[in-house]
Amino acid sequence: MSSKGKTVSPLGLRISAIGGLLFLHLPLFFIFLYAFTTEEKSFEFPPPGLTTKWFGVAWNSRPDIWPPLYLSLQVAAIATILALIFGTLAAAALSRTKFFGRESISLLFVLPIALPGIITGIALRSAFDIMSIPFSVWTIILGHATFCIVVVYNNAVARFRRLSGNLVEASMDLGADGFQTFRHVILPQIGTALLAGGMLAFALSFDEVIVTTFTAGQQTTLPIWMLSELIRPRQRPVTNVVAVFVFLVTLLPILAAYYLTREGEHTGGSSK
Amino acid sequence: MTAMAAEKPRGIAGTISDVFFTRPQLLTLLLLLPPLLWIGVVYVGSLFALLLQSFYSLDDFSGVVVHEFTLATYSQLFEGSNVQIILRTVTMAALVTVASAIIAFPIAYYAARYARGWMKALFYLAVMMPLWSSYLVKVYAWKLILAKEGVITWFANALHLGWLLDGILALPIIGGPSLSFSYLGTFLVFVYIWLPYMILPTQAALERVPTNFIEASADLGADPGQTFRTVIFPLALPGIVAGSIFTFSLTLGDYIIPQIVGNSRLMIGQAVYTLQGTAGNIPLAAAFTVVPMVIMGFYLWMAKRMGAFDVL
Repeated sequence: MSSKGKTVSPLGLRISAIGGLLFLHLPLFFIFLYAFTTEEKSFEFPPPGLTTKWFGVAWNSRPDIWPPLYLSLQVAAIATILALIFGTLAAAALSRTKFFGRESISLLFVLPIALPGIITGIALRSAFDIMSIPFSVWTIILGHATFCIVVVYNNAVARFRRLSGNLVEASMDLGADGFQTFRHVILPQIGTALLAGGMLAFALSFDEVIVTTFTAGQQTTLPIWMLSELIRPRQRPVTNVVAVFVFLVTLLPILAAYYLTREGEHTGGSSK
Repeated sequence: MTAMAAEKPRGIAGTISDVFFTRPQLLTLLLLLPPLLWIGVVYVGSLFALLLQSFYSLDDFSGVVVHEFTLATYSQLFEGSNVQIILRTVTMAALVTVASAIIAFPIAYYAARYARGWMKALFYLAVMMPLWSSYLVKVYAWKLILAKEGVITWFANALHLGWLLDGILALPIIGGPSLSFSYLGTFLVFVYIWLPYMILPTQAALERVPTNFIEASADLGADPGQTFRTVIFPLALPGIVAGSIFTFSLTLGDYIIPQIVGNSRLMIGQAVYTLQGTAGNIPLAAAFTVVPMVIMGFYLWMAKRMGAFDVL
């Protein structure tokens, strides 16, 4: 039984795997550390002293943080709702039947994340330019919803595929109409996948900067605010405080989405 | 089912669902139409607007976009500095892709073949969290680390390796005044940011390698190295190619990372951004974005032939 003897991994493999994971995680630690440094003009390491005053400064005396935050929350919320509607519809349609051109259409739905964000950005920018559409909250939402649809679609389509056809047929056989079957059989099974997709879409939109710079005009979302602070720093630790906040706001939905889709693995009907 | 429907009236909802039941294509069409219109009109429509813009030109004297068909804008792409920008970006994307594949493989391999139970969940989370967490925050973290007065310099000096760091920075092309103003720094950040996109498909492909293939290979007398080269690696290759779609494409189009960590020589993304913004030259910006589109179109076509899409 060679497979049993293989449960112990080669040392070199273990070291490079762990090294790779450390490379992925250590850098974020410094974001937290520098939120407490007393040095505001440079990235001196180790920090000359530690303080918690920057959290107070960010909260009380930096009014420039709040409008971008509200704008980002507003955009993320609306883009997520739009993505949930359109992404679910697309997943439902493409997973239920085979038809001519289905492969091409599914490719079309992943295109907005397969192509670099800058293409989506400049494409929308050119379209607004040609049609003389002025920049507004809605031009930002339009861009965000386009790639958020993909996220919801990906999550939903995976679940739809695992959805056992037997349950739907059983429901129909027992006299439920299509709407009842959707409400009582399909929705409970795809619900967690949709919630997960929605949360990921929210995190993605809240944090998006590449497409946004092309569709926002003079408006400032929180990532655009951060970008301008990175290029022209004022109080560097305050930027770190906001970065810690953005990190947590995006991290929590991701963990929740992970938890939801894991739970779903046991309720999906057929295994795998 | 039809007998029951005939017995009692089922209301409008029932009638509608009966129609859908008898004509499933109609329901598919109705479900598909709104999202297809969105992607079709908003996204593909915009891509066409972009293409259209690339055939316009900018009047050099007035600075106004001339809405007349011309290939002049494309010919500007082949001028010296613009060719430099394209070559520089493609080289960077290729190097980042290779480095990501090398770093990603052991992680993916360990997660797919050795990690079990809670370890497996931990590995998955450890890759998913950096993948989804804030892009700008991650780039910012590297700005702190690579700064001249920052973490890496301190560690290099503490380990008495300051001479090595200075030596690397003194190298032509990849070096610079400090890591955060060098190609090496840009390269590191790119690899860091896109690495999870490489790990996940590689791991997915490795998990699909059936254990009995490996056992069969061993039974037939192959040593572990041979098994790896002739069985495991070829079967994992579609996953690596799938991952490379992301690492390559994302590097081609990024303009934030080289702007924050890097020297002043432009990449495609920065050229596009500057041209559409301050210069107001949307036609040339559009022509520039056609370059990654063509490259990625070709790349996706190759990837599809290699079966990379089955892993996604």
